[in-house]
Order: sequence, then C-alpha cells, then structure tokens
Amino acid sequence: MSNLPILSLITWLPTIGAVLIALVAGISKGSSDKNAGFARVTALLVSLVTFALSVKMVMDFNTKETAMQFVENVPWFGVIHYSLGVDGLSVLLVLLTTFLLPLCVIASWKSVEKRVVEYFIAFLVLESMMIGVFTATDLVLFYVLFEAGLIPMYLIIGIWGGKNRFYAAYKFFLYTLLGSLFMLVAVAYIIVKTKTSYIPDLQTFHFDPAVQKLLWLAFFASFAVKMPMWPVHTWLPDAHVEAPTAGSVILAGVLLKMGGYGLIRFSLPMFPDASLYFQPLVYTMSIIAIIYTSLVAFRQVDIKKLIAYSSIAHMGFVTMGIFAFNKIGLQGAMFQMLSHGFIASALFLCIGVIYDRMHTREIAFYGGLVNRMPIYAAVFMLFTMGNVGLPGTSGFIGEVLTMQGTFLDNRIVALFAASGVIFSAAYMLTMYRKTVFGPITNPKLETITDMNWREVLVFLPLIIGTLILGFKPGLILDFTDKSVEFLSTQVLTAIK
Amino acid sequence: MNVTVETLALIVVFAPVIGAIIAGLFGRVLPAKVSMTVTTGLLMVAAASAITIFIGYWDKSLVLPDEPIRIFKWIDVAGFTSTWSIRLDAISVVMMAVVTSVSSMVHLYSWGYMSDDPFKPRFFAYLSLFTFAMLSLVTAADFMQLFFGWEGVGLASYLLIGFYFLKRSANDAQIKAFVVNRVGDFGFVLGIMSVYFVFGTIEFKDVFHAIPHHIHDTMGWGKLQLPAMEVIALLLFIGAMGKSAQFLLHTWLPDAMEGPTPVSALIHAATMVTAGVVLVTLCSPIFQVAPFASGVVTLIGAITAIFAATIGIAQNDIKRVIAYSTCSQLGYMFFAAGIGVYQAAMFHLFTHAFFKAMLFLGAGSVIHGLHHEQDMRKMGGVWKPMKITYAIMLIGTLAITGVGIPGTNFGFAGFFSKDAIIESAFAASSEGLPFATFAFWMGILAAFLTSFYSWRLAFMTFTGTFRGDAHGGHHDDDAHAHAVHAAHVEGHHDAHQEDGVAPAHESPLVMLVPLFILAFGAIFAGFIFNDAFVGEGAHDFWGHAIYVSPENHILHARHNVPEWVKFMPLTVTLLGLLGAMIVYLWNKGLGEKIAKATGPIHAFLYNKWYFDELYDAVFVKGARALGDFFWKVGDQKLIDGIINGIASDTNIISKKSVKVQSGYVYHYAFIMLIALVAFGALVLLKKG
Repeated sequence: MSNLPILSLITWLPTIGAVLIALVAGISKGSSDKNAGFARVTALLVSLVTFALSVKMVMDFNTKETAMQFVENVPWFGVIHYSLGVDGLSVLLVLLTTFLLPLCVIASWKSVEKRVVEYFIAFLVLESMMIGVFTATDLVLFYVLFEAGLIPMYLIIGIWGGKNRFYAAYKFFLYTLLGSLFMLVAVAYIIVKTKTSYIPDLQTFHFDPAVQKLLWLAFFASFAVKMPMWPVHTWLPDAHVEAPTAGSVILAGVLLKMGGYGLIRFSLPMFPDASLYFQPLVYTMSIIAIIYTSLVAFRQVDIKKLIAYSSIAHMGFVTMGIFAFNKIGLQGAMFQMLSHGFIASALFLCIGVIYDRMHTREIAFYGGLVNRMPIYAAVFMLFTMGNVGLPGTSGFIGEVLTMQGTFLDNRIVALFAASGVIFSAAYMLTMYRKTVFGPITNPKLETITDMNWREVLVFLPLIIGTLILGFKPGLILDFTDKSVEFLSTQVLTAIK
Repeated sequence: MNVTVETLALIVVFAPVIGAIIAGLFGRVLPAKVSMTVTTGLLMVAAASAITIFIGYWDKSLVLPDEPIRIFKWIDVAGFTSTWSIRLDAISVVMMAVVTSVSSMVHLYSWGYMSDDPFKPRFFAYLSLFTFAMLSLVTAADFMQLFFGWEGVGLASYLLIGFYFLKRSANDAQIKAFVVNRVGDFGFVLGIMSVYFVFGTIEFKDVFHAIPHHIHDTMGWGKLQLPAMEVIALLLFIGAMGKSAQFLLHTWLPDAMEGPTPVSALIHAATMVTAGVVLVTLCSPIFQVAPFASGVVTLIGAITAIFAATIGIAQNDIKRVIAYSTCSQLGYMFFAAGIGVYQAAMFHLFTHAFFKAMLFLGAGSVIHGLHHEQDMRKMGGVWKPMKITYAIMLIGTLAITGVGIPGTNFGFAGFFSKDAIIESAFAASSEGLPFATFAFWMGILAAFLTSFYSWRLAFMTFTGTFRGDAHGGHHDDDAHAHAVHAAHVEGHHDAHQEDGVAPAHESPLVMLVPLFILAFGAIFAGFIFNDAFVGEGAHDFWGHAIYVSPENHILHARHNVPEWVKFMPLTVTLLGLLGAMIVYLWNKGLGEKIAKATGPIHAFLYNKWYFDELYDAVFVKGARALGDFFWKVGDQKLIDGIINGIASDTNIISKKSVKVQSGYVYHYAFIMLIALVAFGALVLLKKG
C-alpha cells in the first residue's frame, strides 16, 4: 500500500477547495458574477476529484479484511489522536457522500442565485465534515466532526432556504444540539474512564452493564435525532421543506445516515448488553416510525414534506434491522441506508426540477405533468417505484433484508413492519397521480418544459445506481459482508 | 436443427424483455411500426419456442433438465440466497406456453385495436414487460425470484391499467390494483420470511425436500406457538388472493377494466390473475401438509366462485360481466387446489386462458366496432354487421359454460376442465374434506349463473334490435381519453344507419386472426389435453411438479361419482341458457322488470355487494383520519408543542414566548407519551 494519506486527502480536499474559493473571492474585488462562476467550477472540480479519489480508495479496499484500512494515526493532544481509517461499514458511506456532492453542485448550478460563493463554500465544508464522520476512528474527532457538520447545514437552510427558513433552521439546530449534549457528556465519561478515544480499542472495552445503559441512552439521544426516529423526527419535514434542493439531497442522502452509522459503529459494539436491553424500545420506535409517518405522509399537501415523512419511515427499517443483531438485518440496514441515499436524493432532485420551474411544492398546484414532461414522468416513476420498494430497484433489497433479519428475531415486529409495503404504495402512487397524471388543468403548467440535458445528467448516475444495485446487491453486500459478520458475532458473543 | 431445451427456454423468457426495452427506450425516436413489429415479432418467437417445449414435453420427445438453468446470483446473505433461474417442469412448461401464446395474440390484436392511439410504442413496451414479468414468475426457482415476477406483474398492470392517463377513473383503478395487490403481498412477503425462518432456504427444491422434517414444526408469533406449515400456507395464500382477485381482495379486478381491452384480456386470461393459482399449485407440497390452510383455500375459492357470479348477472358493462366471470372461474381453480386436485386447477387455468382471452378480445371487437360503446343496454342486433365476432363470441360462450356430452370426449374446452373440478369436489366431499360439499354445491350454482350471465351477454349484445344512438357511445370510451390526440377518429363513422341495425363494422383481419387461433384452443384444448392434465396420463405429465399426498385419491375417485353428478353441470348450464332465453330473447324488457321487482337484491348485486363502499369507508377514510390525527395532533400539537415550548423557554424564538404556559402542558404530554411507549415496548416485546 502506498504511503499517500488518501483518507486525509479525501476528507480535507473539499475544505481546501472551499478555502481556495474564499481566497480568490476575497482577493479579487471583481464582479460577483465572475466569482460565482469561479466558485461553481471550482466546487464541481474539487468534488469530482474527491469522488475520483474515493473511487480509487474503494477499488483498493480489501473486502476480506475486518480491521480498519488506510489507517492514519497522529497523536493530537492527550489521549486524543487524529486517526482515520475505513472498514466495510464506512467505506461505502464515504463513497456515497463524494458521489452525491458533484450531483448537488450541478443541481445548484442555476437554481442558487444569491451569495453563490458562500453557498459553495458551505457545501464543500459540509462535505469534509460528513466524510470525516465516516473516516474518523477517534471518538473525539468523530464527535467534533459530527457536531461541526451541523453548522454548514444550519447555514444552508437558514440562508438559502424558503420562507420559513429561520424556524426550520432553529428547529434543526435545537433538536440536534439537545441530542448532542447528552452524547458529549457520555464521550467525556468514556475518555476519563477508559483513557483512550481510539474507537477499535473502545469496542473491546467492557463497560459495566448499568453504566452501559446510561451511555447507550446518551448516544442514542443523538443518533435517534439524526436518523430521525419517531418521536424526535419533526425537525426533518420542516428542514426539508425549507432547504434548497441540494440541501435536501445531502440531508436525506448523507446526514440521516450518520445516525444509523453511529448506532452500528458505537451503540452495538460498545454497549451490547444495553443494546439488547433497549431492543424492544428501538423496535417499537421503528414500527411506529414506519406506520405512523407513512400515514402522515399520506396526508401531506407539500411534496417535499411527503418525501420527508417517507424518509423517516424508511429509516425505521434501518433501525429495526440494526437491532435484529443478526447478519441479514445488519446487512439490510447498511444496504437500506445506501439505497435510500440514492432514491431519496433522486426524489428530492425530482421535486427540485419542478420547483425550479414553478416555485411551489404544493401537490395541488401540479397535475398532468406527463403531457408536457414525458422524460421527467418516466424518471420520477422509476424513483417512485424505488421508494415503494419494487423488486429490481435497490429499495426492495434493503426492505426485504431488514424485514427478514427482524423476522428471525421477532415475528410480531416484522409483521407490523411489513404493513409498510402497503402504505408506501398508497402514498407514493397517490402523490404521483396527482402531480403527473391527468390532464393539465393549471394554465401555468401549459408551458412547463421537460428536463434539460444538465438535469438528465444529474439523474443518469442515480438511475443506473438504483437499477444496478437492485439487480446486483452484491456490489454493496460484498463490501459490508466481513465487517457486518464481525460485528454481529462480536455483539452476539458479548450478549451471551 | 439441434436446439437444446435450455436455449429455447432462454428465448421464451428473454425475447419479450428485449422487445420491451427496445420499444420502451427508443419508442420515442423510432417509427411506431418498428416498436410494434419488434415486440410482436419477438413474442411470436417466444411463443413458438414455448409451444415447441410444451408439445415436446407432452408427447415425451423432449426431456426437461432436472436442474434449473442458472442465470445470475441475485441476493446472497447468510443462506438467504436467490439465483435468477429458469425452472423447467410441467407447471412452468404449461404456463410458458399459455402466457406467450395468449400474449402474442394480444400483441397482434392490438395492432388493430390500438391503431388510433398516439402512444403505441409505450403500449407495446408495457405489454411485453408484462409478459416478461409473468414468465420470470412462472419459471422462478426460488421464492424471491417468484416475488420479483409477482411485483413486476403488478408494476406492468399498474402501467397498463392507467394507460389512458388523462382519465381519472383509469388513474384511480391503477392505484387500486397496485395497492390491493400490495395487501396480498404483505401476506406473501411474510410467507417467504416464514419459509426462510423454518427451512433456512428459499429455493423451492430444497424447501420441498425438507418438508418431511418440518411437518410438526411450530413457530412463535409473540406468545403464540403456531404450526409452521399452516402459517406458511395461509400467508402464501393471502398473496395468491391478492393477485388472483379472490373474495375480499377482489375489488381491483373489475376496475382494471379501465385499461385498454387487450390489456384486460392479458390480465384476465394468461397473466397476473393466474399467478395465485400457479403459486398454490407450485407449493402443493406445503399445502398438502397444511389441511387447515387448504380448507381455507377451498372455502375462499368456493365463495369467490358464487359471489362473483351473482354480481356478473347484474352488470351492464360488457367488460365488467366478463371480469366478474374471471373472478368466478378463478374461484373454481382455487377450490380445486384446496381439495388437492391441483391438476384440475391447472387444467382449468389452461382452458380458461383460451376462451377468456377470446371472450375479452371478442368483446373488444364489439367495443371497437361500436366506436367504444361498452354498455350492453345500448347494444343489440350487433350480429348483423359483425357476424364473425358473433360466431367467435358464441364459441367462447359455449366454452366457458362448459357445453359437452358427459361420459364422452365431445365438448368444448371448459367442459373438460370445469367438470373435472366439480366432480372432484363431489368426490372430495365423500371423503370428508373440509368445505368440499359446500364447494360442490357452490360450483353447481355458479355453473348455472355462469351460463345465465354468459348467454345474457350474448343475447343483449348481438340479438334483437339496436338500442344505442346512431353514433355509438362516446361517454366512457377508451379512445376518448386520448381524444386530444385522436380527434380524427370522429371522421370514419358516418354511420349509414338502418332502423334497428347497429351502426357497427366488423373488425379488421389483424384483430380477427388472433380470435380464430384462440377459438381453436377454446374448442379443442380440453379434448386434446384432457388425458395428460387430469386423466390417465396425469401422473406422468405432472411428474414432480405437483405433489399430492398418498392419501389423496380424488383425481381418480372423481371417475366413480354417481351419474347424476356427471350430468349435473350440463343440466344447470342448459337451465341457465333457458333462463337467459326466456328473459333476454323471448321477452323483451323482462330483465328490467325483474330488476325492478327485486329492488334491493338487484341493487345489492349491481353494486357488487357494496364492497367498494365498505372498504372506502373503513380503510381509505380510516387511513386518512388516522393520518390526519397523527399529523395534526401527534406531530404538530404534541411533539412540536414541546419543542416550541423549549424554544420559547430558552427565548430562542422570542415571539413564541406567549406560549410558554401551553408549552408546559406539552412537556407533560410528551413525557407521558414517552413513558407510554417505553412501557408498551417492555410489555409487548419482551423476548420470551
């Protein structure tokens, strides 16, 4: 293996790009148009190079290995190290992040008009934070990046958001902050107690079961908010509604996955007894998420809110699968997270396409889009079906594996979860009918144009990804296989 | 030529999907004729290959490979493995032949029927996709691939039912079809999971081999310990009920008439609705060790047979009559499967495919000829301008009513298969199988009603004088939805109307040829294949594909039923014909009088036992109310209430500070909610 610190490069390259944009914009007192153009192109190039680097990393990744790979480890201060590394659980989440970023940049090309420079700076910084969350192998580093990611996202919603952006941004901030405070206390306790913050070491440390419960709850508070799980989910619909399209893509595509990743990375291996103890709680919250938010989604009049609620329901499958503690459930949860990263992102981009044209997300405003936008209708249909979990799309694999994993552990929970297949079909297809089918009745839609080449370009990789993963789920499952197996045996032996 | 059966099978399954992809992706840029030729041509090739395999297998000139043809590994996690395969056995060989031959005829017919449609490439792409999904279902070697085809059929039917996307009713119908099917899938998915839970594999072969070791297994559902085989069989049957539109999950099928008529023929005859019967037959090893579940299958099948028939006699829309007839005939297939004569169920599926496709396409010919009129009350006298269609419909009617001479080998296709089922039901009732007696009598009664509504359809449509207006109907018609694009349709029916003669025209040859071919099947399929499917050759023909427990001799015992049983179906069929003649041929207007006289009963049947209204009130409205409650009360009042409360406490949102007090209320409510959930979780889900 080469000595190139590839993880540092991938993690920090976007920040370097951001600094570059800031410097150029600061020095040249030139026209803001020129700076905006520079910011766009730089952001695109930087995100593409980052993506290329992470593709190389994934290709060099050894899927037979359970330990951390591409490890970098430099003492920082005290027990805290600047240590990076990826294993089967995190490597593809890094790839997902770097894959979505260029798409976000292209999608924002025209639709963001004010403070363009700052916008792309925020996005690149956000990218670094998110990648860092998945590459950090030091608890403190993880926590810092996990929380720091809040800030650019908060700004993206608060500055480039819709009418109610302040409320949404505060709500987002408040929720996540409250969750994080508990986690901070727990992190401090862990470091004092164990004298290390290196995650692989922590995972072999045996906490006293009673302490585990408290620590588990503290971590869970933070992760549950991020997922988000019912009943700490209400920030998400508001955040989505107000966020610009690319913000929603990142929110649904990557930020939500941090919660699931946290549960898999920390809660299960570090607090196995507590995880088992709280399994019924997580199951209950997951089932409620699936049924309750699906029913709420059914009643939404705003397309973005509908998809946001649908995301919560889909994350319910993830939490359920994780807490089944078996390989199928965990594999399903990992797959569902990545698949949802494709499908939910694509759905938010679909909404962005019509929002850019009409500046409304109200379902009732639309109707009959297929008459004017046949290509759009076909693309939207594909991702609608993906969200419904149709076999042949990646959405199916995640749902069926998480359900099967849960079923092995608890039939009743799986029974409730399976009802989700009915609800998702009902709300997605109804929404699709209302927006796409029928005659055009709103005169404002009579001149709406179909997707242009730039928009098609954004969707193409997502379409290919959703279908390929639907038919060859092994592309993901082979990567996660060894790490998941390691984790599930580790947890199961700890419980026994 | 030396083509292996494997090659032929690959052609059968993949030719349609290639057509679908070409027409689907490039249909917008290619001339419509190219898409139509490619899809239809490839389906003809597929049909030719499938029939070659079928005939070869039937006359024993061809041996099927024991191992499925493996294509690629789909899912593989901890033994939860699904490999894309083509399974070749008697069931798949029969189904491949049925599906491709009916589908290729439907493709051809659509050249004429859809000639005015501006979206032909899309239509043909969907038809081919539909066919492919069904083929991957019937050739699956494991439950997951079967489910892929299962859902693929659901997707394709969704797309086709809503093909006239401007029509609100079509859009509603497509959603209904998909969602009701999903209710069935809910059971099916749980069934597959149960299979994996019990057997540790979802490959058919391994599962069926292992059954003897698991007959007495139980599985825990919460505190309940339930017999595993019964649970699996029941869950799988719920899936079958959805796809095959059985009683309670039948509501989508009549509404699926909103699709273009060729689609109705495809859905009702060969694909989709037969999937449930195939599933139960395929899983005969499971159902044979699940007597309770089999009893349920018999019961639901028998209820469906009679229930749908009662509705069929009161409908006026020509397609709806045939739709309920399908529902009812599927009921026969299921109660046959329930009593363990899967062979007869498959036989009826086989013959039904021919005559039902024919009836639908014949009805389509009438609708086409009458410029998209579907209401039989506005028809009449159509025989004169449409003699060929009339002849075809009469053959179809004779076939579905099962006309033939008992004790001989003379009869139309339905005679052989339906009588085999009814006789088996009697034999089963003598052996004391649950609900067999009920099934027998319901089968007889439904046969009477089948004859009545089928002849009613024939008489109302073709005989007497024309009752419509001069220009045919344009109210509910198919093409109307696309009127914007197809305005020129108006041009060509400058009807030269005589009094009482329908202003119709005979359909073009491209629509009639498929009808002739199907007519051949409707007349001869029963006679030719009787022996192989349910006669002396049945044991050899079905081989390992169908498992019947050694104690079950019904297929043989049916030959020894009393004479009156053998003559019973023909008797009630003739009575039904007589009844229809009295009401619709000899006494004009008697039908309406009866309808009036029976007031509420007629309304009950006409309104389909009010199932749509009931489901709408309970499920649709219920889901809406619950959704609103969770949203407005749960999310906005309770959860957001406390969040805004905290926000105002900390003065982050100063404007909201007036709400501090109410905020406290929400705190309590919130804590209560959490406590409730935690408590519920601990009580309900404590492992044990």
